[in-house]
Amino acid sequence: MIARLLGVGVLVGVVAAFPALAGAYPVKLLQEILIWGVFAMSLDLLMGYAGMVSFGHSAFFGIGGYVAALALKETPNLLSALVLPAVVTAVAAVAIGFCSIRTSGVYFIMLTLAFSQMFYAYAFQNAWLGAEDGVFGVPRPRLIGLDLAKSTAFHLYLVILVGLALLVLWRVVRSPFGHVLRGIRENEGRMEAVGYPVQRYKLVAFVIGGMIAGLAGSLYTQLNLTITPDAFFWTTSGEALLMVIIGGTGTLWGSLLGAAAFILLQSLVSSYTERWMLILGLTFILFVLFAPGGIVGALRGHVGRRA
Amino acid sequence: MVLLSDVFAQALNGLAYGVLLFLLSVGLTLIFGMLDIVNLAHGSFYMLGAYAGLVTMALTGNYWLAMLVAPLAVGVVGALMERVCLRPLYRGSPLDQVLLTFGFIYLFEDLVKWIWGGKIRSIPPPEVFAGSVKLLGVTVPSYRLFMIAFGLVMAVALWLLIERTRLGALIRAGVFDAEMAAGMGVNIDRVFTGVFAFGAALGGLSGVIAGPIQSASPPMGAGILIPALIVVVVGGLGSLKGSLVGSLIIGQAETFGKAWLPGSSMVIIYVVMALVVLLRPQGLFGRALK
Repeated sequence: MIARLLGVGVLVGVVAAFPALAGAYPVKLLQEILIWGVFAMSLDLLMGYAGMVSFGHSAFFGIGGYVAALALKETPNLLSALVLPAVVTAVAAVAIGFCSIRTSGVYFIMLTLAFSQMFYAYAFQNAWLGAEDGVFGVPRPRLIGLDLAKSTAFHLYLVILVGLALLVLWRVVRSPFGHVLRGIRENEGRMEAVGYPVQRYKLVAFVIGGMIAGLAGSLYTQLNLTITPDAFFWTTSGEALLMVIIGGTGTLWGSLLGAAAFILLQSLVSSYTERWMLILGLTFILFVLFAPGGIVGALRGHVGRRA
Repeated sequence: MVLLSDVFAQALNGLAYGVLLFLLSVGLTLIFGMLDIVNLAHGSFYMLGAYAGLVTMALTGNYWLAMLVAPLAVGVVGALMERVCLRPLYRGSPLDQVLLTFGFIYLFEDLVKWIWGGKIRSIPPPEVFAGSVKLLGVTVPSYRLFMIAFGLVMAVALWLLIERTRLGALIRAGVFDAEMAAGMGVNIDRVFTGVFAFGAALGGLSGVIAGPIQSASPPMGAGILIPALIVVVVGGLGSLKGSLVGSLIIGQAETFGKAWLPGSSMVIIYVVMALVVLLRPQGLFGRALK
């Protein structure tokens, strides 16, 4: 236990102090990993715990990103950077969730996909959202005594927020609420029979997942100072889905590892060869055939050919 | 004022696109209904078909030969993929199938880019259909008419195959209840491979057919995947009739949307799908959900 805490402490320390240890490019990669990791973990809350495989999680990532972009351009403060994106994504998640959670399996996948693509199409075709160019030239928020335009300050700000999101997710899945979600994943009918208001639980999980995805989107805007319709596109949902599966569904921190593996693989391979898609594709295929439990499953020793 | 001839021209375009979606979604829906697999790489078969067609055309200049070679080649690729990679996953988690077939999207797209480059290419239509004809006051490329006719003939042929032959009975049995069919002595493994290869071949065929009007490029497979999935959901999983009707609806919705609502054309097919899923979750012709 103490060793574990110590390990986590060292890891957090290294992540926080990373700008002092490495150059600009590795730092940017780490920041991307953290943001995508939070996004993937929020999806894992839906997939791995509540059994809702969403193919439209990009809707919330995009909404968070766009709301932050527009609000920060008006007034660059924390209200614009964090509160507004969270509130708006929560409202959107209630609406989308209300329509979607009644369905399950492939229908849930396709319905969530449909909603996210509607946002994509809207952002892509409307001038006030910058159409296909998106919103650019977004300033970072101003904090008292902290200039987030400076990269070190921004890194700390990012690490703290990511840490908070992690803590919230971790608390949620370990709470009685999280256990009910797992019950719903295992046997929805039984949970209903026992007397749990299953739909309400699923909706709450959907909204929490959506809000955290919105936060990730907002951080993504603040990292890149721009947001484009691609944030809404189904490949964004697809990549998060892949990160969760690669890491190991239902493990939460696995999604962070999945995000790291995905982004590192992509950037490393693409710096050596143009054929990164081929290598990424092959990796997925081999992964499924030989390491079905994801990275976390492999770490726990379930490596080998499936029966 | 909307001219009637405009409507007619758009409807023909929509019909041609619908035919394309039909050939593609039949395979997807059969694979879905029988193997319980969402094959995300199905769009890649479409792309591979287009490139197999390009190669055949480059070698022989014969479009009809391309229409024969492409489905055969893609069918073989499909059979191999099913045998080697999908077979071990049937009892596994659906998420593994998602990851695997997603991997194949990347693999196929990059392989094609590697071999033929990322340039957009087009397949010339066969000489007989290179011109255009005047129909009700509208000039229509005759290739489009050929596409529509070919698609409708294929629809009838597929219906006969599935509803009227012994092979079709095996396929229907597999879609309805694979385990029971196996229990009745059907070699279901072989039927699975056959259906997957057949679906892949139809996907490849639609790629060749699309060549002269939509031109070929490596990302075309990922691009057509979503419309094809939408057709399957709108029509009802595993339903041949559903995939025909769904294709025609989505084909028209997309084409008329582009012409009349350019500001929100991209949303329309998603709105159609969302409405169907919310009002009739099993799709227009799907079996009621258990």
